[in-house]
Amino acid sequence: MRIPTPLRSYTNGEPVVQATGGTVDELLRDLDRRYPGIRFRMVDEQGQLRTHMKVFVGDEMTRDLTSAVDPASEVTLMQALSGG
Amino acid sequence: MGLIIGTRKGVFFLDADASRSTWTLGEPHFLGHIAQHVMVDPRNGTRVLAAMRTGHLGPTVFFSDDRGATWHEASRPPAFHSAERLARSLTAVFWLTPGHASEPGVWFAGGSPQGLFTSADGGDTWAPVDGWNDHPNWETWAEWPEQNTPDGSMLHSVIVDPRDPAHMYLGLSSGGVFETTDRGTDWQPLNAGSEATFFPDPYPEFGQDPHCVRLHPLQPDRLYQQNHCGIYRMDRPEGRWQRIGLAMPTEIGDIGFPIELHPRDPDTAWVFPMDGTDVWPRTSPDGRPAVYVTRDAGGSWRRLDNGLPERAWFTVKRQAMTVDDGGPVGVYFGTTSGEVWASTDEGDSWRCIAQHLPEIYSVEWA
Repeated sequence: MRIPTPLRSYTNGEPVVQATGGTVDELLRDLDRRYPGIRFRMVDEQGQLRTHMKVFVGDEMTRDLTSAVDPASEVTLMQALSGG
Repeated sequence: MGLIIGTRKGVFFLDADASRSTWTLGEPHFLGHIAQHVMVDPRNGTRVLAAMRTGHLGPTVFFSDDRGATWHEASRPPAFHSAERLARSLTAVFWLTPGHASEPGVWFAGGSPQGLFTSADGGDTWAPVDGWNDHPNWETWAEWPEQNTPDGSMLHSVIVDPRDPAHMYLGLSSGGVFETTDRGTDWQPLNAGSEATFFPDPYPEFGQDPHCVRLHPLQPDRLYQQNHCGIYRMDRPEGRWQRIGLAMPTEIGDIGFPIELHPRDPDTAWVFPMDGTDVWPRTSPDGRPAVYVTRDAGGSWRRLDNGLPERAWFTVKRQAMTVDDGGPVGVYFGTTSGEVWASTDEGDSWRCIAQHLPEIYSVEWA
């Protein structure tokens, strides 16, 4: 998984990390087990991806956390850097 | 000792020497993160909690026991229950309040939307206060799902009665002041006498817009309130707000965000009036910044502007004014233009002790 800069404080600065799961949701939950706290910054308590988060499975963008992921997939997390 | 400053772009420690005459600004913590409220625990004097978010990351709480040398994120940040009926999602932790002195690990957090959350372990794990968040009237009191204030509706001014941890108050912007006497299981509006000029009935049971509510620790039956519609005082057990802001000069009015109390004199309070005319610029009336103080519980007010700029166009937000416990009391405020102003003579004279900071959201004495 590719981690955007605002979330690398959770991955000890690593831009690319490994996670396992058959769906985006499973991947993010596994990511949170490895890097506690990272998921809630991206996904709210109702299981919705936060407004400015984007998830790409390969080249395809999805906001559906049930999207399937195959073992070789590269998943990229991106953010619209709102705020200013 | 010194001030902890929460800003739109991070947290700053502004340290004072023993005489409060020399101030040293530290490097930013969480640069670029929104620090909505940063508060030290008065029960141990060391633990600092910071309510944080960014424009794109969800809300969370960090804590430090070494003045920011190291920070730890809450292992379970404030959040509504998953899969709840209203499907609420917390977008900001807006307010932090340490719990009762007899309950050293307890904290409360107010949110946007207007949820109330509590921690029993010094801010590491948080849980919703169901008696408030799931109160049968919550949707009505909180005007859910409307967001009637410019930056979203927020819960603030969580107050714990120093005599009784089961007795608490909170404020909703907007929604009014509410009270519990059973540790948050049930709540009642406490708005009689408080005006809401934006409703057809200007004195509704709830729906008012308190900006900041304070209880005097030495006289816990006394509450002060800076409201969207004036400055008020209430002396319990009477449950009616008295508009003490009517004693302010007419050309200044009694609109503002913060109100701060003298730690040893329940009759003394400071406010920072703002322009609530026309489209509500929320700057000082006529662009002439001034603090006003009452020494007689709101019977009269005195202007305090010695040392403040003659003209300026900043706003002082509700958490951005505070006092210390010195003798004489120090009074401090931070501005939306990134300046911190200090008075160590209870407001008689002012000087700028920090400038060029980001927009200031909170100033707390530590």
